[in-house]
Amino acid sequence: MSAKVITITSGKGGVGKTTATANIGAALALQGKRVVAIDADIGLRNLDVVMGLENRVVYDLVHVVEGACRLRQAMIKDKHMDGLFLIPAAQSRDKNAVSPQDMIAVCEQLRPDFDFVLIDSPAGIEQGFKNAVAPADQVLIVTTPEVSAVRDADRIIGLIEADGKGPARLIVNRLRPDMVQRGDMLDTSDVTDVLAIDLLGVVPDDESIIVSTNRGIPAVLENNSRAGQAFRNIAGRLLDQEIPFMELEAPPSWLQRLGRLVRRA
Amino acid sequence: MNWLNAFLGRPKSTSREIARNRLQLVLVHDRVNMSPQLLQTLKDDLIVVISKYVEIDVEHMEVTFTQNKRRSRLVADIPITGTRTKR
Repeated sequence: MSAKVITITSGKGGVGKTTATANIGAALALQGKRVVAIDADIGLRNLDVVMGLENRVVYDLVHVVEGACRLRQAMIKDKHMDGLFLIPAAQSRDKNAVSPQDMIAVCEQLRPDFDFVLIDSPAGIEQGFKNAVAPADQVLIVTTPEVSAVRDADRIIGLIEADGKGPARLIVNRLRPDMVQRGDMLDTSDVTDVLAIDLLGVVPDDESIIVSTNRGIPAVLENNSRAGQAFRNIAGRLLDQEIPFMELEAPPSWLQRLGRLVRRA
Repeated sequence: MNWLNAFLGRPKSTSREIARNRLQLVLVHDRVNMSPQLLQTLKDDLIVVISKYVEIDVEHMEVTFTQNKRRSRLVADIPITGTRTKR
């Protein structure tokens, strides 16, 4: 086994990197893959709570890097799925406690035992981002359909390309088909046209993400979560499966239906 | 009046279109790290240099960035009205 190292990043904060990492990791594990997710957001640890593993953290990434524990000791086994592990970030340190070389070394150690190493990058373009991207074989960019998030994504795409890590692939998160339809939100095609990179998946805005995060159970485990389905599709595409993009059409409002009738008459 | 437009099915300039246009413009300048002001300075310098050799129609010259995929290109379209040097 030689793991593929995939970094999930965005530039802008709060667009759903951690949620994406947790859900893609769980979805890959659902398909029988061995996956380890690394929280590279040193000082602002969150992947542990999103995965529901916060009570099991003993050692973290900084302990590993500083030789205070063995890599195995910092790996937390997931509650729900075999083959899924978390290496948490340190909470009381800062990004400079880890270097890009450290991240490469950790990933090299993990590669033989896993199919995928997922790295949850911090927001921004500084040290933490550089750490997260250094060991990557592939980079996934998460954005929401908002001008600020797309602009930051563009900057990140440029940095990834300059670093020779491209081409990155895009996840459009929190799309609201109803708003797109009434012309009040950028559509996926607007975002991919402007950014000129390949689309890996579109995740609809979905309350079930908040509920599943409250519970610490990834949405991909809920069969009727739309966002969960979208993340399962993304995982499938990472495994080179041909999966069409979800139909994200809002049902027409009564006003639109009436309008159509009037025009037809 | 959004609902009226939806009812009559005539798309005005929606906030989606505005967002798209604003993004396209800002990214053009972000990618080459050149503000619209700096582009104007570049244009002024071009006028000075090119005018040394040919007479140009400054009113109708266009200096813009174009994008092909993620590659940027500086395109200068400068109408020539006459020659400077006598043959």
